Amino acid sequence: MKYMILFIVLFACIFPLQASSAFQAIDNAWDDGTALILKWELPGDSLRIAISQIDESGIATLIHESLDLSSEFKVTELEPNKDYRFSLTTYALSSGDSLIYQTMGKPTQQWFYMHKLALLLLFLLIAIAVLYNIYVARRGKELFIRRINGLDSMEEAIGRATEKGKPILFVPGIGDLDDIQTIASLTILSHLAHRAAEYNSEVIVPCRFSMVLSAAREVVKEAYLRAGKPDSYRENNIFYMTDDQFGYVAGIDGIMLREQPAANFFLGTFYAESLILAETGFSTGAIQTSGTANAHQLPFFVVSCDYTLIGEELFAASAYLSRDPQQLGSLKGHDFGKALFIVLIIIGVVLEMFGIGFLRQFLSIG
Amino acid sequence: MKRTLPMILTFLVGMIVILSEFIPHFPFSKINSTLESWYLIISGFAMLLGLISLVRVNSSKVASKEENWQYYLAGLISLFTMVIFGLLWGMQETAGLLGHGESIQNWLGKKPFDYLFDNAYLHLSATMFSLLAFFIASAAYRAFIIRSFESNLLMISAIIVILGRTSFGTMLTSWLPQRLYFLQMSYMTDFIMKYPNTAAQRAIMISAALGIFGSSLRIIIGIERSYLGSDK
Repeated sequence: MKYMILFIVLFACIFPLQASSAFQAIDNAWDDGTALILKWELPGDSLRIAISQIDESGIATLIHESLDLSSEFKVTELEPNKDYRFSLTTYALSSGDSLIYQTMGKPTQQWFYMHKLALLLLFLLIAIAVLYNIYVARRGKELFIRRINGLDSMEEAIGRATEKGKPILFVPGIGDLDDIQTIASLTILSHLAHRAAEYNSEVIVPCRFSMVLSAAREVVKEAYLRAGKPDSYRENNIFYMTDDQFGYVAGIDGIMLREQPAANFFLGTFYAESLILAETGFSTGAIQTSGTANAHQLPFFVVSCDYTLIGEELFAASAYLSRDPQQLGSLKGHDFGKALFIVLIIIGVVLEMFGIGFLRQFLSIG
Repeated sequence: MKRTLPMILTFLVGMIVILSEFIPHFPFSKINSTLESWYLIISGFAMLLGLISLVRVNSSKVASKEENWQYYLAGLISLFTMVIFGLLWGMQETAGLLGHGESIQNWLGKKPFDYLFDNAYLHLSATMFSLLAFFIASAAYRAFIIRSFESNLLMISAIIVILGRTSFGTMLTSWLPQRLYFLQMSYMTDFIMKYPNTAAQRAIMISAALGIFGSSLRIIIGIERSYLGSDK
């Protein structure tokens, strides 16, 4: 026993193991319990700091190195409600020894992401504005919505296809069904197919994903039913082509050149293929309407298409085409959102000019 | 019921996903990844639908000898060739029903599926992508024709950016003294890309985000129903 105590005392002299406030593991506040913040404040004669994470079997893995005597480091990708052990090793010039500090911490899950408070407030404000305008529209108030040429041209495009006896090509983009642009595209397809059914025009819908295919078929079928022409619906006109981006483009280019559609609609998510599609369509002389929220592809569509739905116009299309007062009311909510952003931008610019960073910090989500 | 049940599900799932954006605690912390996994499982089943559609549409055109039926036949042959090769000998490290097909690999240098993928598919895909260069030229020509004040501005900006991105453009204005740095082509290019271009793109992105917000809200509260096939 005597030797045991002597050994411990000697060990403590050589490696002064310290679980003091010099090195602490603190739970990262307001998060999903996957991070701890390691804080250290060491004596002035310490050199080069190495922090290791010690697993259950006692094996230490180096996770961070620093030269700062007083700093902090965020350990991420941890499991919630689990104890974690860390050690900090440094070399003290005064004693000529290595110093080892150990600490433990447990990341815990919180019930709110505090850094998203600004996002929540903006979300609530705009949601209230949208819901209020829907309520106002329900009560019969006339709402002014500006003209969207790209959507007004739909009638013209369908009319032209009917006159020429040629089909209409509708491309719902290269996004899958979990992409809101594809959903917006399908809502426009619903209106287009309804009008096309009334005019007895054929609509061709090549799809890139099977999920989009099944949704597009359902949408077009219902549109033909609504138009009272279920017999005119042709399931084979809505078909799956390929998952491959450029294979899909090649297939659509082939359709445009062989079938020579009188009107092409490119609505949804588009990337590098946008210009290939739009230029091929342009070369066939079809009347072309495009729309996407992908800002980088808009210039290509603007150049090659007769009408382009820019950004939010794609999402407003369904409300605009249906003329449903409730949906139109929601568009007014967008306008409130825009006004709010303009005001925030102006206030933010003025505050930043005077060196006040409060608003920028409050609105920063990252 | 055909409309009501999907609408109730949409509302519930939509609200849960919104809440999970702000609540880090379990079970909300796992909801998004769980829903994504469910989506992948469903789309796996839907892939079969796509395959059936592809075969049915193409084979009916071949059977009725429609115009250009040879292309549809070529598409079907390509599809089945890849499927059969993949099933029999697998691809890359994965074995097929007949193993890795060592003798065929000795002959071709690769597995048949990989051989066709690398030597046919990749080149065809690259060919389609490379068409973009030619289409950009023709589209740019149309865009830069001076018809109005705006197209004039567009053309001037485009010339500055195109020249500013090349060493020739930098050389053109390199003789300018340091105090006239703002007239140097590279500086003007960076200015156009950094300020007017970024500002316009952000404006589009903000408006698109608001559009997505409104559209999602309409779908969640059931005002927008045309994605279900009917708006009634």
